[in-house]
Amino acid sequence: MKHTLSVLLQNKPGVLSRVTGLFSGRGFNIESLCVAETIDPTVSRLTLVTSGDESIIEQITKQLHKLIDVIKVMDTSEGVYVEREMVLIRMKADAQTRAEVLRIIDIFRGKVVDVGQKSYAVEVTGSASKIQAVIDILRPIGIKEIVRTGTVAISRAGMSK
Amino acid sequence: MSQLTGAQAIVSCLLEEGVTTIFGYPGGAVIDLYDELMNSEKLEHILVRHEQAAVHAADGYARVTGKVGVALLTSGPGATNGVTGIATAYMDSIPVVILTGQVPTPLIGNDAFQEVDIVGITRPCTKHNYLVGSKDELVQTLREAFHVARTGRPGPVLVDLPKNIINGLITYEPPQPIKMDSYQPNTEPHPGQIGKACRMIMEARKPVLYVGGGVILANGHEELAELATKLDIPVTMTLMGLGAFPGNHPLSMGMLGMHGTYTANMAVAKCDLLISVGARFDDRVTGNLESFAPHAKIIHIDIDPTSISKNVHVDVPIVADCKRGLEAMNTWFNNQQDISVAQEKGKHQQWFDKIKTWSDAHPLGYIDDNDSSIKPQYVVEMLDKLTGGDAIITTEVGQHQMWAAQFYKFKLPRHFLTSGGLGTMGYGLPAAIGAKIAMPEKTVIDVAGDGSIQMNIQELATARQYNTAVKIAILNNKYLGMVRQWQELFYDKRYASTGMDVAPDFVELAKAYGAVGLRAKTKDEVVPVIKEALATDNTVVMDFNIIREEGVFPMVPAGKANTEMLLV
Ligand SMILES: Cc1ncc(C[n+]2csc(CCOP(=O)(O)OP(=O)(O)O)c2C)c(N)n1
Ligand SMILES: [Mg+2]
Repeated sequence: MKHTLSVLLQNKPGVLSRVTGLFSGRGFNIESLCVAETIDPTVSRLTLVTSGDESIIEQITKQLHKLIDVIKVMDTSEGVYVEREMVLIRMKADAQTRAEVLRIIDIFRGKVVDVGQKSYAVEVTGSASKIQAVIDILRPIGIKEIVRTGTVAISRAGMSK
Repeated sequence: MSQLTGAQAIVSCLLEEGVTTIFGYPGGAVIDLYDELMNSEKLEHILVRHEQAAVHAADGYARVTGKVGVALLTSGPGATNGVTGIATAYMDSIPVVILTGQVPTPLIGNDAFQEVDIVGITRPCTKHNYLVGSKDELVQTLREAFHVARTGRPGPVLVDLPKNIINGLITYEPPQPIKMDSYQPNTEPHPGQIGKACRMIMEARKPVLYVGGGVILANGHEELAELATKLDIPVTMTLMGLGAFPGNHPLSMGMLGMHGTYTANMAVAKCDLLISVGARFDDRVTGNLESFAPHAKIIHIDIDPTSISKNVHVDVPIVADCKRGLEAMNTWFNNQQDISVAQEKGKHQQWFDKIKTWSDAHPLGYIDDNDSSIKPQYVVEMLDKLTGGDAIITTEVGQHQMWAAQFYKFKLPRHFLTSGGLGTMGYGLPAAIGAKIAMPEKTVIDVAGDGSIQMNIQELATARQYNTAVKIAILNNKYLGMVRQWQELFYDKRYASTGMDVAPDFVELAKAYGAVGLRAKTKDEVVPVIKEALATDNTVVMDFNIIREEGVFPMVPAGKANTEMLLV
């Protein structure tokens, strides 16, 4: 099963490689990973999506905790979080398909961020499953390139500690 | 507050931490620090002959004293030579601080002369590591390094020191309590879990204590002895746990696992409760996981949460320092007014009867050929006898290591120094030197193989230079014996590259280093050689020409159940 882990880290050089080294060294997989500074510039938040059964997720969580630079590990799959991902998609957009692309993007509340002679770049934000849905629908029309950010998550109001 | 050079500050930090001895090897990146060391009378520097040995010696020093060992290496090849030593300490959770020189900060990343990313290289084999990025971080980083190395589950911590920081002027502030937001290891057991565990112990009819190196690291051997004897629970130890409980105690079943005793492996297979303390269910201990303690509930005390339920599901996890965990259990039992201890003990009588049938059927032993040939087990037995069982024994890796573990009856913790986790050939001699320097009054013997001893043989010079009268007992089978044993048993006796066909004359080699060399070719020469070695106030190499194709038994073939032992 997929799990999104939200990890607070000391914002120091090399910390990210400690995390990725842990995953590669112990054979855990990373499906996506995002890191950026938090409101406290000495702390970064890393959000990563991984998969495995309960015991693997437990081991991953404990191993992350064991890293000296890790402050806190939260499993956002436990329901009290809002998760979002953004995707940028470059679509084939010629005379026949242009209108269709626009219509689909509109349904998904996306927008066009770049326009070329034969292509549009569109932006869509949402849960990972929404992103997957828009990709699946656009694919038959002709996707030239996809860039996904990976999931980020924030706790729901009243649930943050 | 005072102005110091980086080098002076490093020395001050070491003294602050109570360091008296460091093991190292100089080079360009650390030359200023070496220069400063000459000004310090309180810090003794031991010049090894290879950086790997510096780390092993610091590790040996740490294992016997419980203090943090310190190694000092130069940048580039000096640092990379140390990596095997660091990984060895990491796998066995030994507190060591490794200081490495680094090229000046402005040159980092430029492929400068003798530059290597040692922080990157050692990330997976240190508990933590640091590149000191600016001179303001120097003192705090060193203090943190010692704190991290010695607390929680101990381990090696590397601090990479750019040359310009060693040279720079810094403001030295007196120490304050270390506060690290993201590192607060838990040492206190949860009282609810302790109660649960103790009730489980009371219900058990066939309990076993399975004890690892964590008990030794936590100095919990007395608490362990109290628990085991109070409730009459038989004890088995891992390789790293030997000495945590007296090997000659009636409750001791000896070592378990791949080369464990028949009794210990059978007891674990049949027990109804396994109380694991400071052990980590390593594959060399468990054999085939499915058949490891299949009928048992499991209690696990460990300081490291990642060790709990990693390989085997645990019923009662207790995250705590092993000493504190055992203490809490003892207190719990002492507070139960309505428990009659005698009654508790009586409950295990049938279990002891069963255990006795196993130890009667297959005691640890070997076949004495009754001729003049030397059996390696006999040599270890004589070492045990002639040292009264309280020498510090280090080992290399191979058959000799297992014979030392099986036949030397360790009575005390911190007396058996062996590379359990990484299995590093070449560990024993430098570790013995570190141990002897820490405890000059103790007899220190490296039980070595003819293959392994050649991996750090150059340290005979270190031993000589500092008059460390370590003894080296080579169980010489002219083979990489442990690998040969596998080839004999599982590869149709195809001895691919395991014959040590060319080897030095170890007696002459010892002499070349200014040490003493002795040889025993027949059984009746064994005792006189050991006696002479023990009576000699010098480094002594004993070359025991043992029969070549002896095997280590019992043996659980890799991947098999622990009950499927090959016996003598
Ligand atoms: C550095 C290193 N290289 C290789 C091995 C694999 N290995 C394990 S035991 C062994 C043989 C050791 O031979 P020796 O020191 O003569 O000991 P013996 O088994 O003969 O007692 C080898 C090669 C190892 N453990 N460490
Ligand atoms: Mg050999």
